[in-house]
Amino acid sequence: MGNEKDHLEAIEGKEKFRYIGTSPIRPDGVDKVTGRANFGADFTANGMIHGRVVRSPHAHAKIKSINIEKALKMKGVKAIVTGQDFPKIDPSDKVVGEVVVSFYDMSQNVIARDKVFYDGHAVAAVAATSIKIAEEAAALIEIEYEVLPAVMTVIDAMKKNAPVLHKGMKTEGMDPVPKRSSNVASRAELKLGNATEAFKDADVIVERDYTAQTVHQGYIEPHACVAEVSADGMATIWSSSQGQFMVRAFVAKLCAMNASKIKVIPSEIGGGFGGKTKVYLEPLALLLSRQSGRPVKMVMTREEVLRATGPTSGGHARAKIGAKKDGTLVAAELEMEYEAGAFAGSPVKLGCMTGFAPYNLKHVSCIGWDVVVNRPQAAAYRAPGAPVAAFAVESAMDELADTLGIDPLELRIKNAAVEGTQAPYGVKFPKIGCLETLRQAKATEHYNMPLGPNQGRGVASGFWFNIGGQSSASVMVNPDGTVIVATGSPDIGGSRASMALMAAEVLGIDYDNIKPLVADTESVPFSDLTGGSRVTFATGKAVVEAAEDAVNDMKRRAAKVWDVDIDQVEWKDGIATCIETDIHKPMTIAEIAAMAGKTGGAISGKANINAKGAGAAFATHICDVEVDPETGYVQVLRYTAVQDVGTAIHPAYVEGQMQGGAVQGIGWALNEEYVYSKDGQLQNTGFLDYRVPVASDMPMIDTVIVEVPNPGHPYGVRGVGEVPIVPPLGAVANAVSHAIGIRMADLPMSPPKILATIDAAD
Amino acid sequence: MAKHHVEAIINGDPAEFLCGTEQTLLDCLRDELSLTGSKEGCSSGDCGACSVMLDGRLVCACLVLGVEVNGKKVETIEGVAKGDDLHPLQKHFLQEAALQCGICTPGFIIAAKALLKENPHPTETEIRYWLAGNLCRCTGYDKIIAAVQKAAAEMRGES
Repeated sequence: MGNEKDHLEAIEGKEKFRYIGTSPIRPDGVDKVTGRANFGADFTANGMIHGRVVRSPHAHAKIKSINIEKALKMKGVKAIVTGQDFPKIDPSDKVVGEVVVSFYDMSQNVIARDKVFYDGHAVAAVAATSIKIAEEAAALIEIEYEVLPAVMTVIDAMKKNAPVLHKGMKTEGMDPVPKRSSNVASRAELKLGNATEAFKDADVIVERDYTAQTVHQGYIEPHACVAEVSADGMATIWSSSQGQFMVRAFVAKLCAMNASKIKVIPSEIGGGFGGKTKVYLEPLALLLSRQSGRPVKMVMTREEVLRATGPTSGGHARAKIGAKKDGTLVAAELEMEYEAGAFAGSPVKLGCMTGFAPYNLKHVSCIGWDVVVNRPQAAAYRAPGAPVAAFAVESAMDELADTLGIDPLELRIKNAAVEGTQAPYGVKFPKIGCLETLRQAKATEHYNMPLGPNQGRGVASGFWFNIGGQSSASVMVNPDGTVIVATGSPDIGGSRASMALMAAEVLGIDYDNIKPLVADTESVPFSDLTGGSRVTFATGKAVVEAAEDAVNDMKRRAAKVWDVDIDQVEWKDGIATCIETDIHKPMTIAEIAAMAGKTGGAISGKANINAKGAGAAFATHICDVEVDPETGYVQVLRYTAVQDVGTAIHPAYVEGQMQGGAVQGIGWALNEEYVYSKDGQLQNTGFLDYRVPVASDMPMIDTVIVEVPNPGHPYGVRGVGEVPIVPPLGAVANAVSHAIGIRMADLPMSPPKILATIDAAD
Repeated sequence: MAKHHVEAIINGDPAEFLCGTEQTLLDCLRDELSLTGSKEGCSSGDCGACSVMLDGRLVCACLVLGVEVNGKKVETIEGVAKGDDLHPLQKHFLQEAALQCGICTPGFIIAAKALLKENPHPTETEIRYWLAGNLCRCTGYDKIIAAVQKAAAEMRGES
């Protein structure tokens, strides 16, 4: 199945799939409903001690001195590390991709050196024989700060005389590069055609400013790890992350170690959503273990998670769209400023690239500013950068539909990107399902239901690239004909089931005879992390190729036994059959496996790939709300998510991704935000007041799976996990705006804000 | 300070452990008894991942001190299945794909079991309000609610 044509033929024969498209129970399911599954904090090692982090109470300060003497003298204290214990990393040491990974910044984020940049920034770490002693010792570490003025918002950070977080930060992407240091790390620009000129042809122009707040990924499992360094310098790390190889690479870099000296064993992961694509505790635990000679366990509290990990960027966006009277879009502009947090690297460029992607536009201009502020360094969060851009664009589309008196889905259908549309970010779209999601949304019962008083309906679309990347897979045939599928991709939402289904399809054996596993860094070749909606696509592709490799191996074995050419052997339903003659009795996988010793030894297949051809994902969501005019409370009444998934390998988990992403987006739109004091201390450091949606807030989330197969995958898979969070901000905002008759452009749309908006209009 | 000696019935079996004054029931379950099925998501009673039954009452184990359970009965996720015979809730959570990462699942199952004991015929709204103290960030709750409804039906003998 090498090329796209073969892929499409295979996909079009979909009714022939035996396993793909079914929703069996996940292989790791029983462990997860009985409490047996081991997550990050569930691991213990003999002789283990406990580490705690000392965190800055200041949002912005110089560290004048750190005195660890008293703490070190405490009984039970085994090790203390500060920033000075870590190797110095050169500022130029970075990996440049869509988002720049700077190891210099990463090192400072893991533990501060000369300055702290946010409330909760790690300053020291202590390991002791109990958590209690570690906490007491942490309190004895004396840190003298020179407090600096905190810069908390992009508006303040971009002011001419704003305090500068990083001396020497010169705005990249400016021509010429400014001479003065500022808090603006970079400027990204995206241009298609000539928007300024094209706006002159518009009959109608809508333009507005939008604001969104910092929100956290909100995974229920706090970051956790155990690190053990033995006397010969070999390290083992057990941790919960989205990538064991990511942990290995980052720890190796930050601790100046050789990758071969670090083994990372992935635990089950209790949610990540992008937030566990970084290291926080692992390098600290490793150094504490090296210093103490003991395994060191570190587990964050929820307060630490909120103060020091995640979040995603809040920011501002100004969207402007021009159209003809008939609704044809003629030009569009988007200018956005995103909070990067303490270090450069907000996903603003991705916001610029995604905002207008659902539409066929000839003239687009997008400008993005990446701005540092005294908040935790932003981490990826499901389709990073896209939701806030889509909030602005989809709100503007809604306003345009209202202005023109056109149905909002009809307006989108009229302008939808299709195969061959030039996307503003550069590519010409191959086969995509944008239009199909819009048409199916329009045809839903939901969209055609009547609304009552104080109720409103909103729709919004969204786009996400999805990525491929490096994945590896090994398919090992056991002597009894059952199969083990090993990959290097942590299973964050049921991907083991998808891997087993795809392997079952290729091998033609029962799903239950396949055991998929997530292997450690020394048991499978390198794989990129679980992120970018890539695992079912890229790792799935590796599994398919590895399974095909194993099938070829088994065909070779059968050919050998029968003394025929391999091309005389056909593989179907787990059985090898000789095409040439019927004198040879067909052999099952179990029979071939049982005689492997006589035909050349163990049977396996492998694939190490860098998967290209990820399929773009589009989604359209419909949201109905009722707003209580007395309290400003918003009740979500109905919600439907329509999404092109390519091919749904395990439809129940595909729906789950759509529903989960939608609800996270609803939380972002209605409840969630970081609340800081004037001095930059985070005020809502627990789930009581950083309020994520709970069961009683939500209705059932209806899903419509659209399947426009991706020709870049043997079974047509597109990524699924991220795009569901792109439309909800706009869909909910449009629904609320219609319910109250006033455009809401400031998230979250909390009751006080809605009441104030209603009151101001009276 | 000396530790306290605590005796309790845990998942039907007598258990004893030593516990510091400040240790929560959750710490004791996880660290002293190696029952790590109850999870710590917040340690403030907001996420429900540590839900257990204490003398038949649904509690967050992070809000109970270890010493408080002396002489009491504690039921945790580890006691819900009988060998490989899964409880209907466990079965339907699996069948409905009501878990993605699975960290909140033990708490949801304990809390839902408590609901069905009290109210075998819960409406969707009753399920949603009962489970409002259990956070799930992956599923959007849809499939969890469906799993509880199906388990309730099975337990009523309707399926």
